[in-house]
Order: sequence, then C-alpha cells, then structure tokens
Amino acid sequence: MIDVLHSYLLTWFPDLVVTVALILLKIVIVIVPLMGCVAYLTLAERKIIGYMQVRIGPNRVGPKGLGQPIADALKLLMKEVIIPAGASKFLFLLAPVIALAPALAAWAVIPFGSEMAIAKINAGLLYILALSSLGVYGIIIAGWASNSKYAFLGAMRSAAQIVSYEIAMGFALVGVLIAAGSLNLGAIVEAQRGNALTWFWLPLAPLFFIYFIAGVAETNRAPFDVAEGESEIVAGFHVEYGGVAFALFFLGEYANMIMIAGLTSVMFLGGWMSPLPASWIPHVPVVGLLLGDGIHWFIFKIFLFLFLFLWFRATFPRYRYDQIMRLGWKVFLPITIVWLVLVAALVVYHVPPWFAKA
Amino acid sequence: MFQQIIFYWFALAAIFAGAMVITVRNPVHAALFLVLAFFSSAGLWLMLEAEFLAIALVLVYVGAVMVLFLFVVMMLDINIAVLREGFARYLPIAAVVALMMFGAIGYVVGPRYFGLDAAPSPAPAAASYSNTEAIGKVLYTDYVLPFEAAAVILLVAIVAAIALTHRGTRQSKAPRPERQVQVRRADRVRLIKMDAERGG
Repeated sequence: MIDVLHSYLLTWFPDLVVTVALILLKIVIVIVPLMGCVAYLTLAERKIIGYMQVRIGPNRVGPKGLGQPIADALKLLMKEVIIPAGASKFLFLLAPVIALAPALAAWAVIPFGSEMAIAKINAGLLYILALSSLGVYGIIIAGWASNSKYAFLGAMRSAAQIVSYEIAMGFALVGVLIAAGSLNLGAIVEAQRGNALTWFWLPLAPLFFIYFIAGVAETNRAPFDVAEGESEIVAGFHVEYGGVAFALFFLGEYANMIMIAGLTSVMFLGGWMSPLPASWIPHVPVVGLLLGDGIHWFIFKIFLFLFLFLWFRATFPRYRYDQIMRLGWKVFLPITIVWLVLVAALVVYHVPPWFAKA
Repeated sequence: MFQQIIFYWFALAAIFAGAMVITVRNPVHAALFLVLAFFSSAGLWLMLEAEFLAIALVLVYVGAVMVLFLFVVMMLDINIAVLREGFARYLPIAAVVALMMFGAIGYVVGPRYFGLDAAPSPAPAAASYSNTEAIGKVLYTDYVLPFEAAAVILLVAIVAAIALTHRGTRQSKAPRPERQVQVRRADRVRLIKMDAERGG
C-alpha cells in the first residue's frame, strides 16, 4: 500500500520530499494509535484494579467512564506548569521530553507483521537495548533539576535500580540473540516460526520471566516503584511537576509499558505469529485470516502482558530497596548467565525442535 | 549533500559539547554535555556504517557509565570557587604547557593524516553485510588473546575495587532475605484451641 502511494506521489513531487513524507506518514500511523492506547490504558488500569479491589472505578465521564482519559488530559493541559525556585529551568523542562522520547523512538524497529516495520535495521536488538537504557535520563535529570530532596531521592533510587536490572535484561536479550542468530527483530520473529511450542518462551523460559520482570522494574511499575514510593517520598522524581510536564511523565511510563509488552511478545512469544501450526488453519475466508499470522496476534499478546502489568500492581506490595538489589544481582544475574551457557549448547548441538538444522 | 548536512550537524554538536564539558561551571551540566558529545560521536560512527560500534557507544557509555557518573557527580558538593583559586596566577605557565601539548598533538596527528585523500569514505557495503557479525568474527578469532586479556584485566579491576571497599562480613541485624523467603506459616503462627471460659 505504501509502495503504491510512493509511486503515485513521485509523479508530483521530487524523490526526497516523497521519501521524507512517507517516513513521517509511517511514524504517524504508529504513534497515533499508540497514544490512544496509552490514554485508554490509564482507564483500563483504574477499571481493572477497581474490579480487583471490588470497586467500580471511574464511571462518571461519558458512557461507562469512557471519557475519563480525555477529561484527565484536558485537565492536565489546562493546569499551570510550576517551576520551583532554584530549579535548573532548562533541564527541568527537558526531563519530561527525554522520559517520553526513547519510549516512542523504540517503536521504529518493532515488526508489526512480516513486512510491517518503520525501519528494518540489522542491529534492531542493540538499538532497543540502547534506547531502553536512555529512559533513565529523564528520571535522573528530573530529580536533580527539581532542586527538591524527595525528587532527588527518587531519582537516585531509580538510577540504581535501572542500572542493576538493565544487566539482567541485556543478558536475557543475549540469550534471544544466540537462539535466533540475528539482531534483526523481524528475523528473530521469523526464527520462532512454527506453533506456540516453537516460540522462544519454552527453550528460554527463565530468560523470558527475567526479561519481563526486569521490564517491570525498568518501567518503575509496582512492585518496583520505589522511585515514586508515594508513602515514603511523596511522588518521587516527579513530585515538583504539574500540568503538561507531569502528563508527559505519565505518557512516558505507559508508553514504556506498552513497549516492554511489545518487546516481550516479539522476543519470546513469536510477535505476529499465530500460535497454531500453519497446517491446522483452515482456508476459510474470515476464520483463516483470524487464526493465521497477523498483526492482531501481536496486539493480543501486547494486551496480555499489559494486563499482567496491571495485575502485578493490584497484587504485590512494594519491594524494599535492598530486596530489589538482591533480586537483581544475586538471583537474576546468575540465572541468566547459567542459562546463556545452556542456550549456547542447545544451539551448537542443534537440539530440535527449536534449533534443528535448517 | 544530505549526508554532508548530517555529518556537519553531528560534528558541530560534538565539538560544541566537548568545549562545553570543560568550560561550563556546573559539574552536572558538564556531565550532561559529555553525554551529548558521546551521542554526536555515535551519530558520526553511524554515518561510517559502523552501526555496532555506534550503538555500543550509546549503550555502554551513555546508558551505563554516564548514569553512574551522574549518580556520583550529583551527590558531590563541589565548591567551584575553591577549585578556581589561583587561576590567574598559574595562567601563563599553564598556557605554555597547553600550547606545547597542542603542538605535539598537531605534529603527531597532523592535518596530513586527514582529508578525503588520506582517508577516503569507505565503500558502501552490501545490504546483507552485518557489521556486528564481522566484528564478532575478528574479535573471537584473530584477536581472541588480547580480547580475553582485556577481560581478565577488567576482572582484576573489579576484584581490586571490591577488596578496597569490603568491610568484612556483615555484623548488623539487617534482615536476610534468603532466610525471610524460607519462612513458613508454622514457624510464625501457633494456633491454640481453648475451651470458652464460663463467667463465674
């Protein structure tokens, strides 16, 4: 479809303009639904946690409370952004932007379908790793620039936590890289082709769990939300933020959640692949399309993980700081290293069904 | 043309950030400018089609090293006034030393090593060429010994750092998570059945 549009536009405009315009169009096609998802994820969170705690949740704005995210956004847009006295003004305003940008930029390499990705780059996995390590800057800069003790404590906690969990996360991804033999995310999905049992979650089960838990820690979500810790340090790194600046942090956190959910599905649950083997899928128009590979499976898997994020928040009490450090360094890191050796052996000896000789 | 614009953009950003790192007063700002400098260099490497090195630079230096750097710098209480004491007094001799250093660097890596004649831009590789794979192959075959030696040296550095700061086994009464997680209900709760007492 994009190719048709490309050749159509070329008859009117020069090559450079068309290329840039189409790249921008692709970005808009990804970002706009993503932002909608972020908005309604906040509502879903309040509703789901509400039902888990035998409450109703927001139900006043619009039918069934569906207007709530829009009302929230409007409220935040109209509030004043207060810059605290003694704050570093430029960095104070830059921090929310830095918090949101990597969460959006990472979507550039995510494959939505066999040929659907904004950029099919060879070093996709590395790019994801590099970008997810940048999100912490928004938090650190916010905490420091606020010139507030609570904010600063939150930033310090968050920096230590993210740096610790990034190592386990990186090792988990190295396992995926060894198993798939490629850094290209499309190729990683392609390497899992088959059915639900040939996806990487089975041979890489410990890495799968560690990656997702480390992802929860990286996004500063409960039970790893010591950076916010509202009962100890009020609201942590964004305690001085209000209005749009606060909204950006909020957007960043939820966009990061969706990204981690998407990455976990790409790396371990076969991305856009259908869980059924190709031979089981009947050649019936609608049913075949629904059961076959496609973007709907990817979206379904993302929602599955997002539900887990919300479920965790309703279920687990917050970790204490020393427990977080222990879990990251003494539990996750050794397990990932041992499993890396094991995965390497599985790949070298071509253990079927996952690593059989092609 | 388009590539040249991007190149000069990154190059100017790198030079600007590098200059700001050493001139800006606030150490946190200096560290953040260093991050910008790393980023611009990563952009330049990306233009040389060295995507693995470029992303590894961002991943390792920006993502890990500079975060810890900022972590430390933010907690330091650096008094700039004390550091600047005697700036004017030492300026002449410092200027002479700086000029000599600059001359020496210019002599060793002078302009004759640069320019498109000395270092022509690399031929574009085929689309299937993977930079990561090529570096990995070289690193684990031709240069495996230096690579392993570097790893061992880093390990020595880690052991040394831990040895310097280690204060013996912990004597405090802080909770031990590994024992906490093994606690069972029977260890903490004792249910006692009692007959109801009759009021007398």
